[in-house]
Amino acid sequence: MTALMQDGTRESTRDGTDANALPPIVEERRWLYLNVTTWQKILAPVVIGLVVLGLWEFIVWKAEVPYYILPGPWRIFRTLITDWGTLSGSLWITLQITGLALLAAVLLGGLLSILFTQSKWLEFSLFPYAIILQVTPIVAIAPLIIIWVNDTLLSLLICAWIVAFFPILSNTILGLNSADHNLINLFQLYGASRWQTLRYLRLPAALPYFLGGLRISGGLALIGAVVAEFVAGSGGTASGLAFRILEAGYQLKIPRMFAALAMVSGAGIVIFLVLSLISHLLLRRWHESAIRREN
Amino acid sequence: MALRRAVEPAVEASRGRTVLQVRGVAKRFSNGTLAVTGVDLDLCAGEFASLLGPSGCGKSTLLRMIAGLGDPSAGRIEWPTTDHDSHGRPMRDVSFVFQEATLMPWATAERNVMLPLILKRVPARQAAARADAALAAVGLGSFLHAYPRELSGGMKMRVSIARALVTEPKILLMDEPFAALDEITRQKLNDDLLALWARQRFTVLFVTHSVFESVYLSQRIVVMAARPGRVIADVATDAPFPRDASFRTSPEYAASCRVVSAKLLEAIAS
Repeated sequence: MTALMQDGTRESTRDGTDANALPPIVEERRWLYLNVTTWQKILAPVVIGLVVLGLWEFIVWKAEVPYYILPGPWRIFRTLITDWGTLSGSLWITLQITGLALLAAVLLGGLLSILFTQSKWLEFSLFPYAIILQVTPIVAIAPLIIIWVNDTLLSLLICAWIVAFFPILSNTILGLNSADHNLINLFQLYGASRWQTLRYLRLPAALPYFLGGLRISGGLALIGAVVAEFVAGSGGTASGLAFRILEAGYQLKIPRMFAALAMVSGAGIVIFLVLSLISHLLLRRWHESAIRREN
Repeated sequence: MALRRAVEPAVEASRGRTVLQVRGVAKRFSNGTLAVTGVDLDLCAGEFASLLGPSGCGKSTLLRMIAGLGDPSAGRIEWPTTDHDSHGRPMRDVSFVFQEATLMPWATAERNVMLPLILKRVPARQAAARADAALAAVGLGSFLHAYPRELSGGMKMRVSIARALVTEPKILLMDEPFAALDEITRQKLNDDLLALWARQRFTVLFVTHSVFESVYLSQRIVVMAARPGRVIADVATDAPFPRDASFRTSPEYAASCRVVSAKLLEAIAS
């Protein structure tokens, strides 16, 4: 960025134009490879979290709440360590279902949205059903899917996919349709084919919208996987985190239940952070959402 | 005056061939508004012409029809010197510069300028070389890899002009390209546009609502009136090229501005 500003100055002395009017892009102070504001963004929620956990531990200890009603964070943490063997296996299964469902949502949601924007009739005829699929509570249709599909893993995958795919579909359709009107005219003017317009204009224009949808879908895929597994219950041969929560509930192993719950939340946070990072890396050079300006 | 003699023969020689003929063109929008009616207009090769008129007089509509963005409701737009494709459509050799720079925000300046060539399936290496040359010609040789958001308004417009010129079009259509820029940037871009025109000799049809800009830039000013949009005057400005800042204070400039302003007042009154 510094090099560019130097160029800008040189340019302006050369031809006396408005090169000095370059938008001011903030060059921030860095500490351990990260911007100072990034550190603030990380530290503030961490401090709040620690305070809440401390308060929780204190209340449990002070009021002598039995651990089978509400275990303190420290006991949950210890359970997490001792039960890591079983729990990590379950985490892996849940993450696999989530990941595969998200992948299917990206592929099918992306593909369908491209098809919909290429053919209005396809969109008119199919989009309402996508909405119906979205507004039908997954808890209500999960039992049916589990009955219809013999393979448990596949049925869980389908449930998670149903929940995850709509935000990607609707956001990408919005993005594909929101290319600058003048740019569309420009492509017409140069006789661009449908494919060229899609590749060079509509797809890049849709990228920020798609990534927004992806961030929502990441969390939803995890929720879908967990909910479906709850419905499948002990009937499921695959034993993901939801199954561990149910199992621990039946056995009144409340700290273990909390540990599994913490793992679900942790997985959700990690998925969100990873998708946010991908989004930032893809958009940082050009999109307004990834730019910080001084004024 | 010596300068005038040096430049005029070239201009006269290039004025021979008509590259664009607009005959009785009208445009009625689907809501019934008659945007343009009975427009006749000829453009000669190498000519710099302006379309001047109050807002809503259909100058942009006319320009877009000439570009092939929307067909006229009546009349013909013909390209006497242009080949036709297998469907009998004229292979318009035109470029368009919009009021906004209209760049792809996800692409660098170089990539933006390469676009028309990529769409015409020019090999990438060759397209990049031509884009670099076009950017150098508008004074942005050191900004090849800058993204639009890293550029100022005037620089974005330069990228837009480079993109329009990279295909070496016969006609450059410009739709109030500098209207959103500050006065100083605008004058600088006016001068640079004239310099590019003097060097490359494309034909320009320049839409503006500024009397001063049209007189400074063009050899010919076509004045339009609104409701319905039509041509009411065609004024030649005979001052020689190259023109520079001293032209702005010359009596010829003032005289032309007076004539054109009077026509514009007629246009508004009618």
